[in-house]
Amino acid sequence: MSAEALLLQVASGLATGGIYASLALALVMIYRATHLVNFAQGEMAMFCTYIAWSLMNAGLGYWTAFFATVAIAFVLGMLIERIVIRPVEDAPVLSVVVVFIGLLVILNSVAGWIFTYTIKTFPSPFPAELPYGIRLVSPHQLGALAVTMVVLALLYAFFRFTALGLAMRAAAQNPVSSRLVGIRVGWMLALGWGLAAAVGAVAGIMVAPIVYLDPNMMSGTLLYAFAAALLGGIESPGGAVVGGLIVGVLENVLGALIGNELKLVVALVLIVGVLLARPSGLFGKAQVTRV
Amino acid sequence: MLLEVKGLQASYGATPVLHGVDLAMQEGSVTTLLGANGAGKTTFLRALCGMVKTSGEVRFAGARIERHATEDIVRLGVAHVPDGRGTFAGLTTEENLRLGGYTRRRARELEADLERMYGYFPRLKERRAQQAGTLSGGEQQMLAVSRALMLRPKLLLLDEPSFGLAPLVVQELFRILGAVNREERVSILLVEQNAAMALALADRAYLMETGRIVRSGAAAELQRDDAVRRAYLGY
Repeated sequence: MSAEALLLQVASGLATGGIYASLALALVMIYRATHLVNFAQGEMAMFCTYIAWSLMNAGLGYWTAFFATVAIAFVLGMLIERIVIRPVEDAPVLSVVVVFIGLLVILNSVAGWIFTYTIKTFPSPFPAELPYGIRLVSPHQLGALAVTMVVLALLYAFFRFTALGLAMRAAAQNPVSSRLVGIRVGWMLALGWGLAAAVGAVAGIMVAPIVYLDPNMMSGTLLYAFAAALLGGIESPGGAVVGGLIVGVLENVLGALIGNELKLVVALVLIVGVLLARPSGLFGKAQVTRV
Repeated sequence: MLLEVKGLQASYGATPVLHGVDLAMQEGSVTTLLGANGAGKTTFLRALCGMVKTSGEVRFAGARIERHATEDIVRLGVAHVPDGRGTFAGLTTEENLRLGGYTRRRARELEADLERMYGYFPRLKERRAQQAGTLSGGEQQMLAVSRALMLRPKLLLLDEPSFGLAPLVVQELFRILGAVNREERVSILLVEQNAAMALALADRAYLMETGRIVRSGAAAELQRDDAVRRAYLGY
């Protein structure tokens, strides 16, 4: 493969990797609060993408529909936590996993029932061509990467610099002590689900022009996002982002080198290899506590 | 009365731990609760904060609180330094302190209180950016007390604050608790193994045995009592 072709694959790998990164980040956020991987994260994103599509069909402009969808996703995520997850809070792990899978199937079927399984195109807000004749990446890939980075920066600032973000981290880490400083832990969990759903919605809207809109659109993306989250260390938001970018680049470069049939296999083998050497992921840290 | 407890019972599953505890605290006072390991002192503090299921009556500043959620009791001004310190191990020292003042809204006051805590415990200032789980046991104990004070509580519940601290640090801690009580009118309910220090600081004392209050009185009076001396002070 020529250097130029490699560069091309790396660039477009970073672009799709950014989308994996946002979905991986949504998984990490829920994992940190519940210590469970939300299998329904992809379907939640898919459903929200349909909401965006409906809003655009109803005549809203792209960005109006985009922000309205993110807000709706936030509320839907909170509602799911309050109505579906709250009752199984203290249930055994497997019960919660079944609830997640049930949620996945329900969202998938309801989307198919309302919107049919016909594959639809989804618009991109970015221009058809990049200025200066740049052909390395498509405008949508570059735009999606930029949108993802803005989302990640906003989330970082929120968790790092605001009292509410700090309270959410505390609630995820130590619920008992959190109550003792007056944090409403239940609401923090709901807020976490809302944020995760909103981030997932952005990922869905950004990936839809590439994979097209249908009820099963997120299945591949979710698999890569799982891999990304695990690779980065399932507890580490920064790790999820780097993991997403690595998985995206690997997928593209390997696809060009050995063909599309085996790229997923090889990518996953590499990831399993990393995890065998570092079980807590590239950025996962074993928490140190002195007693 | 700031705190009035009547007939408080609590149990873990089928095992009853508190069998009808009565206790009352004046506003601005320091009360200590003494007793052997397993007497139910920690459970009593947890029961006050709604952390265990109870029956009986708890009044704080006149209002019944025994059915309140923990976070609502905290918002009324009850800070609890729990058994085992309750450190947010993965957050920094300063983030732990800021969480203590989470329910307060005045940013400038919070910053001033943060500096005040660093003044009380300079070691915490040195460690402000360090992950709190990596602090020594004594430092985590200082952090737990400071975190509770960041709430600007009306009532401070302390579960063995001297645990794991070097003797000099214990003296310093008790000096600070005395100052907080006098200058800020923070009432303190103190559970302690170190009965001598506790009785010296307290106005009133209660003795607990197997989930019941067996004696109460002025701290000075209990300090002179022969039976109390033998059982708790060891001389």
